[in-house]
Amino acid sequence: MPRYLTMIRIDENNAPEGGPSPELQERMGALLEEITRAGVMLDTAGLRPTSEGTRVTWDKGELSTTDGPFTETKEVIGGYSICQAKNMAEAVEWTKRFLKTHEDYWTITAEVREIEG
Amino acid sequence: MAVSHPPEHPRQAAQATRQAIETVFRMESPRIIAGVTRIVRDVGIAEELAQDALVAALEQWPAQGVPDNPGAWLMATARNRAVDLVRRRERYARKLAEVGRDLETAPAHAGPLEPPDPDAIDDDLLRLVFIACHPVLSTEARVALTLRLLGGLSTAEIARAMLAPEPTVAQRIVRAKRTLAARAVAFEVPYGPDRAARLGSVLEVIYLIFNEGYAATAGDDLVRPALCEDALRLARVLTALMPEESEAHGLAALLELQASRTTTRTGPAGEPVLLRDQSRAHWNQMLVRRGFAALARAQATAPSPAGALGPYALQAAIAACHAHAHSYEETDWQQIAALYGLLAARAPSPVVELNRAVAVAMAQGTEAGLVLVDALTAEPVLKDYHLLPSVRGDLLERLGRTDEAHAEFERAASLARNERERELLLARAADCWAGPGRGARPVESAPCEGA
Repeated sequence: MPRYLTMIRIDENNAPEGGPSPELQERMGALLEEITRAGVMLDTAGLRPTSEGTRVTWDKGELSTTDGPFTETKEVIGGYSICQAKNMAEAVEWTKRFLKTHEDYWTITAEVREIEG
Repeated sequence: MAVSHPPEHPRQAAQATRQAIETVFRMESPRIIAGVTRIVRDVGIAEELAQDALVAALEQWPAQGVPDNPGAWLMATARNRAVDLVRRRERYARKLAEVGRDLETAPAHAGPLEPPDPDAIDDDLLRLVFIACHPVLSTEARVALTLRLLGGLSTAEIARAMLAPEPTVAQRIVRAKRTLAARAVAFEVPYGPDRAARLGSVLEVIYLIFNEGYAATAGDDLVRPALCEDALRLARVLTALMPEESEAHGLAALLELQASRTTTRTGPAGEPVLLRDQSRAHWNQMLVRRGFAALARAQATAPSPAGALGPYALQAAIAACHAHAHSYEETDWQQIAALYGLLAARAPSPVVELNRAVAVAMAQGTEAGLVLVDALTAEPVLKDYHLLPSVRGDLLERLGRTDEAHAEFERAASLARNERERELLLARAADCWAGPGRGARPVESAPCEGA
């Protein structure tokens, strides 16, 4: 049963003011509990905004660092989860359920990737 | 190239829908079967009704679209059919009564159907766990039924995992359901005097499933190692269903810690890699941390006197000692030997005693360990157990008694069932006569005993 990393991508510039509504937080909490109780969720967290982040690049033998915010990227990773699922289809189904907890005014892309080994 | 869904091609679309339906069904089936068993009181019939709901979904969803809450749809459909069935039975029973016949069984009464609340579903799921692992069934039947009803595996998958022909496994499952029906096994969570034994059976089934996968060497068939994941998932689910049961957390902790080492247990050619030689940097730290967390919960929920851990939690504590050591040399053998002492007192067995001997040899000196091992040589249970001469050979070699060590390794090789292990043991026998070369290489202790 492979593990999957799901990266939640959001557009920081057009994210709803004030972040998730209390209702959304409640729905999300209930679903995360369900995924955990199903023995599927291993780890999940939201990330601080990219304005507090740093990128470190290795290029042609040179290191360089760039402080956030990363405005040139339309979508940045706002959160992640690591799940253990039977297969990609199951991981995608849980991800769909997670996205469905959001109100219609959200635009989110969740990228589901299998973890090696 | 990115493929966007929904696909344009109708056949592709149909296939995608079908796969989505089957995925949802597999995810939901344990809860559906549990919820329906509450109504019809028979897991065999419950499973058929769940399958009926799947068929209904396969017929209706492609045309009408996937419902907003597919799990709830499947659950409601299956439960409605269950209620219909019970009502038909009741009508039939009344008809029989009218013509003056006795009824063999009192019909279950189905009340009005409210959507089940999540807690009720969890209760039903736990009852289903206890039914699938019921002592009226053989161990093999418990394993098959648990994988089928709670793990969501198909009969073909179970057969491949258990290295048994599919018809055999299918028969096993059918007979198990019949036995449960014939013995009228109650759909309940046991409380009172037999609770401990019943829980023990549940934990043992999950542990056996894990070991079945853990003992399988890496091969083409990944279904067997995948059993470890199935067992781990079941163990995690069980801790959610029984948050106050220390041993449920203990089992989860043990399996998380064991699973953290999976990728390092075999080398590139599939040869077994001993604990001492495993690359600790490659132990999965997330699983290690989950193991520590589960062990902490096992300790927090342990019955008084404080720290009275059960056998699974003790084995997890031993595995945790290894996980805490950044290198083999840093292993706290004193602590491990002490934990094996507690385990030997709680759940005495020759295999535990052999593991204790290994730990004592490391903690207090080779001689002390050899005394314990020598006491086991007359143990009938270990007569053909290759790890006994293997451990004894290792200790003798460390004491410089190479001729005796050689004989022990040869004997161990002749008893080893696994080809890779046999090669390793023969190599060690040869080493004994090649003079000091590779140094003392400790043997892996018995599987899934923490060390």
